[in-house]
Amino acid sequence: MAIAQETKAHTHPKMKISSRSIVLWVGVVFMVVFCLAPALWQVLTSFKTNAAISALPTIYFPSFSDLTWDHYTSLGAGFWRYVFNSALVSLLSTLLCLGLGAPAAYTLARIKLPGESLILGGILIVSLFPYVLLFLGLLEIVKFVGLGNNYLALIVPYSAINLPLTILVLRSFFQQLPRDLEDSAKMDGYSTVQMLLKIMIPLTIPALVTTGILAFIFAWNEFIFALTFVTRDAMKTIPVAVAQIGGSSVYEIPYGPIAAATVVGTLPLLVLVLFFQRRIVQGITAGAVKG
Amino acid sequence: MTQDLIRQREQRIGWLLLTPALILLLFVFAYPIGRAFFLSLFTENLGTQLQPIFSGLSNYHRLIEDGRFWESLWNTSVFTGVSIFCELVLGMVFALILNQSFRGRGLVRTSALLPWALPTAVMGLAWAWIFNDQYGVVNDILSRFPFWETNITWLGDPTRAMLALIVADVWKTTPFIAILLLAGLQSIPEDLYEAHAIDGATPWQSFCQVTLPLLTPQIVIALLFRFAQSFGIFDLVQVMTGGGPAGATETVSIYIYATVRRYLDFGYGAALVVVTFVLLILAVVLAGFLLSKARINVSGGR
Repeated sequence: MAIAQETKAHTHPKMKISSRSIVLWVGVVFMVVFCLAPALWQVLTSFKTNAAISALPTIYFPSFSDLTWDHYTSLGAGFWRYVFNSALVSLLSTLLCLGLGAPAAYTLARIKLPGESLILGGILIVSLFPYVLLFLGLLEIVKFVGLGNNYLALIVPYSAINLPLTILVLRSFFQQLPRDLEDSAKMDGYSTVQMLLKIMIPLTIPALVTTGILAFIFAWNEFIFALTFVTRDAMKTIPVAVAQIGGSSVYEIPYGPIAAATVVGTLPLLVLVLFFQRRIVQGITAGAVKG
Repeated sequence: MTQDLIRQREQRIGWLLLTPALILLLFVFAYPIGRAFFLSLFTENLGTQLQPIFSGLSNYHRLIEDGRFWESLWNTSVFTGVSIFCELVLGMVFALILNQSFRGRGLVRTSALLPWALPTAVMGLAWAWIFNDQYGVVNDILSRFPFWETNITWLGDPTRAMLALIVADVWKTTPFIAILLLAGLQSIPEDLYEAHAIDGATPWQSFCQVTLPLLTPQIVIALLFRFAQSFGIFDLVQVMTGGGPAGATETVSIYIYATVRRYLDFGYGAALVVVTFVLLILAVVLAGFLLSKARINVSGGR
C-alpha cells in the first residue's frame, strides 16, 4: 500500500522503518503461507501413515512412527507410465507449437500482410475460449478419424491451445529485435527463410525457451481433453490418472496415495518453477500485457 | 517495379510461414464452435439413436425452459464474480508486496508462482482433502477456536461447497493476477509518487489517485483473462464437487460436459455450447470497449 512511503522510509531512520516493515513482513509471511501451505499439506499427507492421516486431532508434526513410504510404493510401476505419457505429450506438443508458432509470430511482427490485424484479433479472442466449448467438436473428429486413445489426439489440440500465447509472446520478442539485423542479412544475399534459420532462430532461443516452458506447463496440466479423448488406462496423463485414484472408491477416498501421486506428478513442474521463475514471469506478462 | 516484386515475394513467404499455424487454429478453435452452431439445430441423442435429425430451434426452446441451465448459469456467475473480486483484491496486495524491495523477494516470488504452475485437477483433490468433513485441516483449525462449530460439512453443503470452490480457485489464480499487476506497477515511474507525496498525499491517496488509474489497463486485461477462464471452469469443480451437492455447484461447463458425455445428448449439448460462447463473446466485446476507453491499442504495442 505504502509505496509512496517507501523512498521516504529509507531515508528516515528507526521508528518509521520498523512499523512499515512490520506490515510488509506480515504481508510476506501471509503470502508465502497462503501459496505454499496447501501444497505442503499434501506433501506431509503423502508421508503419513493411514492411522496418522485419520488421527484426530490432526497431526501437524508427526513423529517417526507416523511416517511411511507406503503411499509412494503403492503407486506402483504403473504410475511411471502416466508420468511418461504426460512428459511425451507435453514435450511433443510444445515442440510442434513452437515449430508452427515461431514462423507465424515472425510474420506477424515483420511482414506486412493484408488482414493482419484481423488475424491478430482472432488469435487474441481465441486465447480466451474455454476448452469446454471445443471438446464436443473435437471429440467428433477424434472419433471420426479413429484417433481415440492415441497420443496425437492430445498432442494436436495441446499445440493449438498453446499457439495463441506462443505467437503473442514471440511476436513481441521479434518486434524488439533490431531490424538492421535482417536488413544487413538481406544485403548479404540471404533469403527470408535462410535469414530465419541462420540469424533469427539462434537469437530467439531464449524467447523460445520461455514460451516453451509455459506451453509445457499448460499441456501437462490440461484436463478436459485428456479426460475425454483418452479412455485406455495405459495412455492416461497425470491429471486424469490422479483424479482417477480419487474416484476409484466412493466411501473411502485414499488420501495417502492421492497425496503421493500429487507429489510425484507435479515434481517436474516444481523443478521448472524453481529454475525458470524469472522466465515464466516474463512469459506471462509478455503474453498478456503486450498482446 | 522491383520494389513491388520484392514485396510480393515477401508477402508470399509471409503467408507460407503463417498458414500452418492458422490452419491448426481454425481446426481446433473455429471448427468446433462452427460445428456446435450447426449441430445445435439438430436433435441427436439416444432418442434418435444418435442420428442427427433436423429440429430447427427446438433445442433453444428447450434451453429457455431448462431450469437446470439457468441454475448452472447462476452458479457460474456467482463463482466467477466472487472469485474474481477476491483474486483481484488479493492479487493487488501480492503485487504491491512483490513491488517492494526486501530480502528474499526472489524466493517469495517463486513460491507465489507455485499455485499457478500446479495442475488444477490435481490440486482440486488436495483442496477436497483440506475441506474434508472428518479429517480436513480446515475443520481442525476451526475447532481450536472457542465457540466454533466443529465438524462442519463443507463439500456436502450447497453454500459452503461453493465457498470451498472459490477458496481453491482464489488460491490457484491469484498469482497470475499478481504477476500481471506487478508488471504494471513496475512501469509506473517512482517520481510520480514522490511528487504526489510532496503535495501532501497519504499513501492511500496516492494508491487511489496514481496507482489505480495507471494500472487500469493491466486490471482490465487480468479481468478479461480471468473472466473467460472462470466462466469456463471445469477441472476444479469436476474434481472437488462434481457439481454437487444436488447441483448446487454445477457450472455451465459441468452441465455441458454431463449433457454430452453422460446423457449423450449431442444436439442439446451443442446448443449449450453456442449460448455459452455467445455470452462469452458479449463479455469480451464489452471488455474490449472498456480497454479502448482506457486508450490501449489491443492489436499492437502501446
